[in-house]
Formats: sequence, structure tokens, C-alpha cells
Amino acid sequence: MRLWHRLTGDMTTRGQVALAMFAALLLAAPAFIGSYPLSILILVVYFAYIGQAWNVMMGFAGQLSLGHALYLGLGGYTAAALAFHFGVSPWIGMIAGVLVAMLAGGIVGFLGFRFSLAGVYFALLTIAFAEFTRILFDHFKWVGGSAGLFLKVSGDPGLWHLRGGPVMFYYVILAMAALALVACRLMLTSRLGYHWLAIREDPEAAQASGVDVFRGKMIAVLISSGMAAVGGVWAAFYYKNLFPETAFAMGRSIEVILAPIIGGLGTLIGPFIGAAVLVSLGDVFTIAAEKIGEIFGVKTAGLKQIFYGLALLAIVAFRRDGVWPWLARKLGFVHSDPYLPPPAGKGR
Amino acid sequence: MSTGGATLNVRGLGKSFRGLRAVHDVGFDVPAGAIHALIGPNGAGKTTTFNMIAGVFPPSAGTVQLDGRTITGLRPDRVCDAGIGRTFQIVKPFPGLSVLDNVLIGALKREPDVSRARDRALTVLRELGLHDKRAMTASNLTLPDRKRLEVARALATQPRLLLLDEVMAGLRPTETDQMVAFLRELNARTGLTILLIEHVMRAVMALSQHIVVLNYGEKIAEGSPEAIARDQRVLDVYLGQDAH
Amino acid sequence: MLTDIVQATIMGLLTGMVYGLMALGLSVIFGVMRVVNFAHGEMMVVGMYLAWLLFERAGIDPLLAVPLVAAALFAAGYGLQRGLINPFINVAEHMQFMLLLALSIIIVNLCLLIAGPDTHGVQVDYMFDSYALGPFTFDAVRVYAALAAMAIAFLLYLFFTRTRIGKSIRAAADNHTGALVVGLDVPRLYALTFGVGAACVGAAGALMILVVQAQPFLAIDYTLLAFVIVIVGGLGSMPGALAGGLLIGVSESLAGLLIQPSLKSVFSFGLLILVLLLRPQGLFTRRG
Repeated sequence: MRLWHRLTGDMTTRGQVALAMFAALLLAAPAFIGSYPLSILILVVYFAYIGQAWNVMMGFAGQLSLGHALYLGLGGYTAAALAFHFGVSPWIGMIAGVLVAMLAGGIVGFLGFRFSLAGVYFALLTIAFAEFTRILFDHFKWVGGSAGLFLKVSGDPGLWHLRGGPVMFYYVILAMAALALVACRLMLTSRLGYHWLAIREDPEAAQASGVDVFRGKMIAVLISSGMAAVGGVWAAFYYKNLFPETAFAMGRSIEVILAPIIGGLGTLIGPFIGAAVLVSLGDVFTIAAEKIGEIFGVKTAGLKQIFYGLALLAIVAFRRDGVWPWLARKLGFVHSDPYLPPPAGKGR
Repeated sequence: MSTGGATLNVRGLGKSFRGLRAVHDVGFDVPAGAIHALIGPNGAGKTTTFNMIAGVFPPSAGTVQLDGRTITGLRPDRVCDAGIGRTFQIVKPFPGLSVLDNVLIGALKREPDVSRARDRALTVLRELGLHDKRAMTASNLTLPDRKRLEVARALATQPRLLLLDEVMAGLRPTETDQMVAFLRELNARTGLTILLIEHVMRAVMALSQHIVVLNYGEKIAEGSPEAIARDQRVLDVYLGQDAH
Repeated sequence: MLTDIVQATIMGLLTGMVYGLMALGLSVIFGVMRVVNFAHGEMMVVGMYLAWLLFERAGIDPLLAVPLVAAALFAAGYGLQRGLINPFINVAEHMQFMLLLALSIIIVNLCLLIAGPDTHGVQVDYMFDSYALGPFTFDAVRVYAALAAMAIAFLLYLFFTRTRIGKSIRAAADNHTGALVVGLDVPRLYALTFGVGAACVGAAGALMILVVQAQPFLAIDYTLLAFVIVIVGGLGSMPGALAGGLLIGVSESLAGLLIQPSLKSVFSFGLLILVLLLRPQGLFTRRG
């Protein structure tokens, strides 16, 4: 009962029912949608997952990372290289990838936090490390350098080697996203979670209230980079190729942060909503740009992205706190007074 | 719940910022369970002294002891561990969090279990008259409520010494009286040691048994409220201040 | 070998002056508004395209197009700040980032839509001219671009020290809250600042087209390069931006010569990391 309350927290019964129905829909989706919608859905869940990873660092602990491609790339490259060279299962490789990414995150965090970099300066440090690594990997021949690393398409299929069709990849990323959601909820309602919120809101006051700010930030960056690395491994095996130009790109770091910010920074459902909004907008805009090109007989390279930029602008200008907090209130999914103590006498 | 009060000993405390002497050779004692005040004109070094005790920055010279244990130069969270709770002159709530969560974070210092810490936080909120506002976002509170919240969060860490930096400033007289009554009752009930910086003389005189006066970073007088009120150096400082 | 090194150093200094002008715009904007212009490289690319367009359609030499491009970017920057960015001055950094990110996406893809993905360069008469000085030779285009960048930097110096508006912008950059307190017309000041910053980077773009061919996706590289330069020089410091530009220009040029051209940015980003950690106030400014 108590665990259930921790998991559902401020959700109304209506919200809980909606969430359960939503989960059931996601679980059943592959059975009744075609391969194209499934590929879209896969992207949504993937962006929700990596967004959740970033959310831990920025949404919970308030540390702006604009270099999360570093952790995705390191995770993906580590597992892919181990599979490519030694035929190691991605699940084993994932452990290695997570460790490598956490090491990188630990270094970035340790240096940034020890030297008291905050805000823009810390963000630039994260960019610098990602870019630095990107250029190094361009020259890292063991993983193919700038020519890229390609995973074998043939071989034993199956979950153990993460080789299979979209349905398998869908369920893998869905399980990861669901696990991340539950884990984040549990962390957020723990002492650690409250320490993160304190650090995010005011580090000086947090410290005066006895919060070890450095430790809290370090744990956040370690968990966030480790989670991101798992997403990176999944992406590496889903796409079956890796290039430093894309794996560590600034653009990838930006992809990571869009969903949680648009959905609602620091919220748990926000990354899902944000990812759904982004991916579906992208899809609609692709079609719109194609149609415009057909009708007017012009080249429309870039038009889709312009629509995208305009949509982003609109969201940033009119839904500054993200879509989910507003939507959740509108639909009556959360209590208006979310801070009521848990029902007395139960589970104590 | 009460952990009693601790003794504070400050010896030869000094701080220079880029060669500028902010505090020089300040020493005083606050016995366990006492309420003392630190007063002086603006820029006298009161908050700097507080910040050195609370570990915001290390002193250039001198020592701070709590119950005989040297805490000089410890980080603020370690100072909090040692048993000192503090408020900030310019209030620093966690603006985006609820009043309850603000205090809960303080309570988590000694009570790692979240739901028990929440109970503890609710108790403190009740004591400070903020219980009805527990669900409000801290940034929406009025200034007097923020001052109360500041005290509540510090108290939730279950300190044995409470450093209050101008918690009465900006309060109306009735609110000041409430705060004075609360602090006095708290001190009597738990034996908590309190050191306050205050400009509101009514509150200082009503609360403190002993007053330390700073001017230009140095201690110029200390003694009972009555003695301080008659002290010529103190009067000069304050009258001189007024003459400007 | 020594000749090569000296030659590369001088080439780096020449490019570095244009870099400095570009970074100056970013620094001015940050100094006054505390907003990091994540669309800075995009503005640079717009400057490049405008200069290219003026050359192709009207036969205007990029050196002569500089005032026109600068004026156009000033107007655009002024308008953007007034209409779009101003409400975001005091919001969290990540929201400012999102706003400017959206802007940068729109700008880059407008360039792509209008000019296509191919590179565009200008073919001026003096394209292959060079000056010889002892054992060294200097491309005329680089020399002209650097001289023009210096001249613009000097004009900016006059603007910031001799004019009332320039002085108030500088005052606001030096003491952010101070300017707010003395009651300057802040929104106008901000709009002017953003305009001046955009004009700087636009002018830099117009000069850069002499040396580098325009392409939409250069934008992100220039944005990152501008960050590196302003951090190394000291974020918000105008002389620091110029000095940082020279330093990065030289380091890129030397890394290209001594190690591998493709590794040149490793040094820039390595330097960025070191400066962030050890001297976040920048190499060329005093602490505080």
C-alpha cells in the first residue's frame, strides 16, 4: 500500500486509470498497428527514455547538461565494439558501456562541481567534453574512426544478441522506459530525491539544511549518464551503425533534452508526452513539407525543420512549464493539493 | 525530540576579503540554552560572522567551537550535521517546492525515513502557524510567512544552536511579538541555544539575555541588554549612525 | 619548418581577427543581457549568405558589403530582441537555450531552403592574389578580411568609448544590476545591444565569405567556436573576445600544420575545458 502510494503519489483515481489504460495500449500496440506507426512509436518511447535519463540530472537536480550525447555515444560504442570485435552479448556490453559512461559522467561532474561551475558554464563544459570525445573518436581506429562502426546484420537472432525485428526492439525500449519511470518515481520520493530538489531550487539553502550538495550532484550525474548509456546501447543495436559525427553530435544532445523540456521539466510523464508531441509533429511536418513541394513544384529541403522550429518556438513561448503539467490539471489527473500527507494509518 | 542546547565559543574570528578587513578578532561565548544577540550598524560584520560560524566561508583567523568541538572551516552541511541551524537574512526558500517539502528537506537531516520526516515537518509547521499553508508553493508566500518558513526549515534539522539572521525584519509589530513569543517558548521548552542578529531593538531587548555589539568588524561591547543600552560606545555608534 | 610555423601563426592571426569580431558579438550580448546567444553561428552564416547574395546579384565586393550586411543584421537583431527574446531575459537558462535553439533551427533551415545544401563562395578578382614578405606569403583575401575586421573592431571601440549609447551598453555590461538601478531604458538598451552583437557577427560573416564557402551546417561549428573564444577570452569581456579569437585562430592554424587538420578543434575544446576549470573568468581578464 505504501509503495503503491509512493508510485502514484499525487495522481487522482482518474489519472491512475488513464495511466493503466495507456500502459495497456502501449503493450498491445504491436498487435494492431502497422510497421510504419510502430517505427514512430519506437522513436517516441526511445526519446522518452533518454529524456528521462537527462531529466534526472536537469529536472531533478537542476544541473544543465548539453552534452548527453557523450554518454549515449560511449554506451553505444562500448557495447557495439565489444560485440563487433569479440561477439560479446549487448547485455554484457551494456554493463561495460554503463560503467564507461558513468566514468565519463563522473569526470565531467567531479571537475565541474569541484570547480563550482554552474549554469551556462557547466553546460559549456558538458558540450566541450562531448565535442572533444567526438573528435577523438574520429581518430579512434579500433572503433572505425570517422568511417563508422557497423554491426553485423546476420547472425543468431534473438534477444540475447539484440538482433531481431522492430517488435523486439519496441518491447525492449518499452521495458527500459517503464523501469526508468518506476525507478525515477522511487528516487524522487526518497531522501535522495528531496535532496536533488533542494539542490535544484537553491544550493546554498540546501547546504545550510544539511544537504551534501556535491554528493547529490555527483549521484545525479552518475545515474543520469548510466541511464543514458543504456539508451545508447539500445540505439546502437537498433540502428546497427555508429558514427562519431552523429553519436557524439551536439544535435544528439539537443534531441535528448527536447522531450522532457517540452513535456514538462522534472515531471515523470513529461518526457513521454514531450516525445509524443515531438515525433508526431516531425511526422506531420514531413508530410506537410512534401505536399507543399508537390503543389508548388519547389524543393523543400529544410521546410520541415522550419515548421519544427516554429512549433518549438510556440511551445517555448506559450507553455513554458511544458505541456504535461498543464494537460494533467486540465484532464484532472492530479490532485489540486498534491502535497497532502499519505492517508493516515495505512501501511505504517 | 528535544536535543537540548549546545555551547558556542567563538575565538579571535577574523575575515578579510581581498585585503579588506570585514571582521577582526571577534570572540564571544553563548552558553547552552541561552539566547544571545549580535547587533551593530549595517556593515558591522554581523552576517559575515554568521557565515563563518555556519561554514559558508572559512575564517581567515580564529576558531569556532560547538560544545567544545572545533567546527572551524567545516562545510555548511557539516556544520548543520554538528547541530547548527541557520536562517538567511535574504530569505532563501526552495521557491518551486511546497511549504511542506521545504521543511521536509530540513527534517530529512536527522530523520532519513521520508514519511517520518514528513510527520516531523508537519509538527514544526504547526508550531510556526504554517500548517494551513503547507500545500502552497513557497514562492507564493508573503514575506512574513517566508521568514517563518525559514525558521521552520532550520528548526526541522533539529539543531542545538539556532542562528537567526534578521528574522523579524519586515514583520509587523504583532507578528514580531508572535515570533518573539514563539522563540522564547521554544527556548524554554527545548533548551535550544539561540544566537540572533537583529535590528528590531524591541525584539532584541525582549529576547536576549546577553548582547554582543559589533562595529567596523570589531567587537566594541558586550553585556546585558540593560548595560548595553547605557553603554556610551554603543550609543555613539548608533547615534553617529543616525546623524548621517 | 620554422618558416612554416611563422607562416601558419600569421595565417592564424589573420583568421583569428575575424573570429574575434564574431565572438565580440556574443560577448557583448552576454555581457549586457546575460543571455547566451546559441544562435550566434547561425547569424554568422546569415552574414555569409547575405554577402554572397550581394556579390552574386549586385556584384558588390564583400568588403564593401560589410556595412550593408551589418545594418541588415543590426535591424534583425534589434527586432528579434524586441519581439521575441525580451520576455525571456529573466527566465531559466535552459528556456533561453530552447528559444534560441528554435531560432537557430529556423535560421539554418531558411538558409537551406533558399540557398540549397551546396556550398557558395565568392570569386573576387583578387582571390588568388598574395603578398610576399621575405619567405612568407599571405593570401590577399585573408589580409583584407583581417584588416577590415580590425577596422571594425576599432570603430566599435570608438562606439563604446565615445558615444552615449555605447557607453551605456558598456556600463550595463560591466555592472549589470547597476545599469538597471540608474534607470536606463533597459528594453531599448537590450535591443540595441542585440542589434550591435548581431551586426558584429554579420560583419564577421561577410568577411569570412572571402575565405570560407557558405554552407548552412557551418552554423553549429561557428556557434561552438564562438563559445570557445569568449570563454577563453572571458565571457562578457570585449577585448578578451578579440584576444581569444587570435589565440584560437593561431592554435587551429598550428594544430593543422603540426598535427592533423581534422584534430585542430581538439585543442580548442581542450583549451575550453582547461579555462572553464582553472580560469572561468577567462585568460585575459582580472578575476571578479
